[in-house]
Amino acid sequence: MTLLAFDWAFIIEKLILIVIIVLTTLLITLYTTFGERKVAAILQDRPGPNRAGPFGLLQPLADGLKLIMKEEIIPNASSRWLFIIGPGLAMTASLMTCAVIPWGTAIHLFGRTIELQVADVNIGILYIFAVVSMGVYGIMIGGWASNNKFSLMSALRAASQAISYEIAMGLALIALLMTTGTLSLKTIVADQTAGHWWNIVYQPLGFVIFFICAMAECNRTPFDLPEAENELNFGYHQEYSSMKLGFFLFAEYVNMIMSSAIMASMYFGGYDLPFFDETTVAPNIAAMIGLGTLLIKIVLFVFLFMWIRWTIPRFRYDQLMNLGWKKMIPLALLNMLLTGALILSKL
Amino acid sequence: MQALTNKSIAVNRSPMTFWERLYLINIIKGMMITFSHMFKKQPTVRYPEQKREFSPVFRGLHVLNRDEEGRENCTACGLCAVACPAEAITMEAAERMEGEEHLYREEKYAAKYEINMLRCIFCGLCEEACPKDAIYLSETFAPANYTRKGFIYDKNDLLIPNTLTDTNALAKAKGVEA
Repeated sequence: MTLLAFDWAFIIEKLILIVIIVLTTLLITLYTTFGERKVAAILQDRPGPNRAGPFGLLQPLADGLKLIMKEEIIPNASSRWLFIIGPGLAMTASLMTCAVIPWGTAIHLFGRTIELQVADVNIGILYIFAVVSMGVYGIMIGGWASNNKFSLMSALRAASQAISYEIAMGLALIALLMTTGTLSLKTIVADQTAGHWWNIVYQPLGFVIFFICAMAECNRTPFDLPEAENELNFGYHQEYSSMKLGFFLFAEYVNMIMSSAIMASMYFGGYDLPFFDETTVAPNIAAMIGLGTLLIKIVLFVFLFMWIRWTIPRFRYDQLMNLGWKKMIPLALLNMLLTGALILSKL
Repeated sequence: MQALTNKSIAVNRSPMTFWERLYLINIIKGMMITFSHMFKKQPTVRYPEQKREFSPVFRGLHVLNRDEEGRENCTACGLCAVACPAEAITMEAAERMEGEEHLYREEKYAAKYEINMLRCIFCGLCEEACPKDAIYLSETFAPANYTRKGFIYDKNDLLIPNTLTDTNALAKAKGVEA
């Protein structure tokens, strides 16, 4: 089945995989919004949403329907097209990350070996970085196009915050890359399976730095200054209504899931179930177990994000910048230095 | 100045130590506190299914009382309206006609009796003012309504059901409905 020098079955296979992954991500995102509300409620001794369906399980559908049914308002003073592009860009950028995440080992179906990864590019981590830094454009364009002081302030904050924390994040990753020796996420995960230690053992400090920076990149509390309710009136969300607002809110949750997946893949062995030999079961079952393991790890990370959000208040802006430039970056550099020294001493 | 109690504590303004400046330790301490709340009992009363017990002296919606023969007690004397600090009560009196003795206890009765529940402050002064034991505050509260008009309760809403003719309605009016 080769036409125009393309393996069409391969392209169809990848297309199906992309559709499945995007749809699943959106579905999980829906339920993450629900989970956020439930976790918040439980941490505050409340029952949380429990009216729609059993245990309130239909609540995210009701929320989504509500957002779609709301009137779509585009302010007169806004830059119309940029205003519309903003949330779309935020959403697209956050969804694009899932292309390089290995969701499991290969499965065998209809005589084909299907990798549970959309693209095993050998610059996987660089790709993630490129896409993640694009995510802030959605916020910036949205905030600027709203033509509103608060939105503009929030867009500025988001941009400078993203820049400050990306550096420390990158430096933390460099230390990790020094130990793994590859940029491909698939290889990084594969190196952690089958009796090898997870990377968290080699890079505990790097992980803490990466985690904090990921939280800042996702604009999660305590780093949610771009949408600071009390000073910026919800920031760049302010002029948005209906599903455009929904896209911004969704993008935050997709980002959260994606950074959880990345952290799980890079530091916690990805689809590797500890103390379990995958070769003892059929490869398809092993792949499913791996997928389930990765999902569980993602859920745990998302819960950690939420747990932190409902525990501590947000930083002041100067504290945020202080932490980013004066603590995170030196710490990341130190981590890099230590890793380098250890590798050298082992040679 | 001498302190009134020995409970005051001087604010510690010493600069943060290294561990405090790291934030992480204290954040983890805080997270432990929130985590412990996951296992605490929720004080929530799930309202439509569960209802909180009111105290026996709770002052809720008014009822107009009947005597043991099922006749209305109210004589439309207007003392409740005078006593009402929120001016929520209005009434019109009428004279009892021949053949209505089984409906009204005395020669005069309230043809119209309205309480505006949006004005009412549920102080219970009408209850205290009434010389005929005709008005009481029950243990229910006014349910939500879509219009302001819906909160003006007339005699049909207020009058307690005749227990001689309608036996199971008494429990409903008292607010212990099934």
